[in-house]
Amino acid sequence: MPSNAFLLEERIPAGCHHALLLKRGYALRLTDLSGDGNVGLLAFNADERSERYNMADTLKAQHTHKLALGNVLYSDMGRPLLSIMGDSFGWHDTICGTTNAAMIEATYGLNDFQLARNGYYRNGRDGFLMELGRWGLGRRDLVPNANFFSTVAVDDEGNIALSDASYQPGAWVELRAELNVLVILSTAPHPLREGPTYPEGDIEAGVFWAGEVPASDVCRTACGENQRGFENAEAWFALPDGGPKA
Amino acid sequence: MSTLLRQETIRAGDPFMARIDAGQRVRLVDTEGNEAIDTFFFNAEDPRERYSAVDTVRRQRKVYLTTGTELVSNEDRTLLTIVDDTCGRHDTLGGACASESNTVRYAHDRKFMHSCRDNFLLALLNWNEDFSKRDLGPNINFFMNVPLSADGGLRFEEGISGPGKYVELVAHMDVLILISNCPQLNNPCSGFNPTPVEFLLWDA
Ligand SMILES: [Zn+2]
Repeated sequence: MPSNAFLLEERIPAGCHHALLLKRGYALRLTDLSGDGNVGLLAFNADERSERYNMADTLKAQHTHKLALGNVLYSDMGRPLLSIMGDSFGWHDTICGTTNAAMIEATYGLNDFQLARNGYYRNGRDGFLMELGRWGLGRRDLVPNANFFSTVAVDDEGNIALSDASYQPGAWVELRAELNVLVILSTAPHPLREGPTYPEGDIEAGVFWAGEVPASDVCRTACGENQRGFENAEAWFALPDGGPKA
Repeated sequence: MSTLLRQETIRAGDPFMARIDAGQRVRLVDTEGNEAIDTFFFNAEDPRERYSAVDTVRRQRKVYLTTGTELVSNEDRTLLTIVDDTCGRHDTLGGACASESNTVRYAHDRKFMHSCRDNFLLALLNWNEDFSKRDLGPNINFFMNVPLSADGGLRFEEGISGPGKYVELVAHMDVLILISNCPQLNNPCSGFNPTPVEFLLWDA
């Protein structure tokens, strides 16, 4: 995907929040320029916002706890919201959630707006709420988020740790919308990232047109579960405005 | 000596909801063995505060739940602590079954089978109509075995529970407990044979 073909572009500094409406068939390419970035992501069906990204349904449908090329992010209604059509990174975290103000202060020290003006250390929980509030959503809608560009390893006893594989400067991932999707992003640090230095480095977010999903699509054909998930997404659009096409 | 306040049998496939005051102790018994008990919690005074699977995992740096696990809310506060566990390990990443996810996981014709989501919604709306689907999040599956592998996998496996195994929790604040005695017949989470479970509550 050449970057000169982006229809919309944004550079999101570390710690900040952002949202965009990604209609069906468009894709969002996220790039972690520094390698130290993390992108917390929530996703909602823009046409019915009680339908939202569901971590547990995403994991059990695809028998995975990592997200990578070929995976989709399922809603709680059995439909893929976003599908990972491209990925240079390999293992995005799903099970750690985000940070709050107390966690950020404990890890990085007190550096609030009064002290640091816009260089203050922002946290994921507050950023998500500030963005959700703009769309008429709130605390009830702050569900477990996905964390792009962070890899969390799990050992045989179930212990978790942030992996060195998280550091990949220039890593990118492409998320194609399978419904009309409200995407909410927080670039606050991953909750398992260690201090004391708060991350710097921007996330680049570019939107491009991905087009119709081919029958041979890597996400659609990844497993029988995803085949049925894509069929459920098509059913959502089975009654187009103005009647069926001739 | 604590007093038994309440004892209920939750029939196979049924919902259940109750209030547990701070300091009270609850026991859930897997009466016949390998029965998934889908369980969720709210702060009784402010139900916008609810159980958070990811905050629970993140705080203890471990994905399985057992004795000593603090069940953490979306406000990073402890709702309850697991104080006894004769099973040894419980899941909090597999979520609740639903007709929609059944169509994805198994087949489109499984849509009309009974599910934990139906139980959760019915119990919540009967309790207070201010509740809706928005108030639900990934729950705990007591007695369910969902191992994660080092290569990134996640599987629903045969249970490691057995008849009479139980888990006990003490509440740190006044909470609402929401239960679905899982009716799932398509995977081994309830041994392909859902059975009754027991709810017991003692005072502080
Ligand atoms: Zn169930």
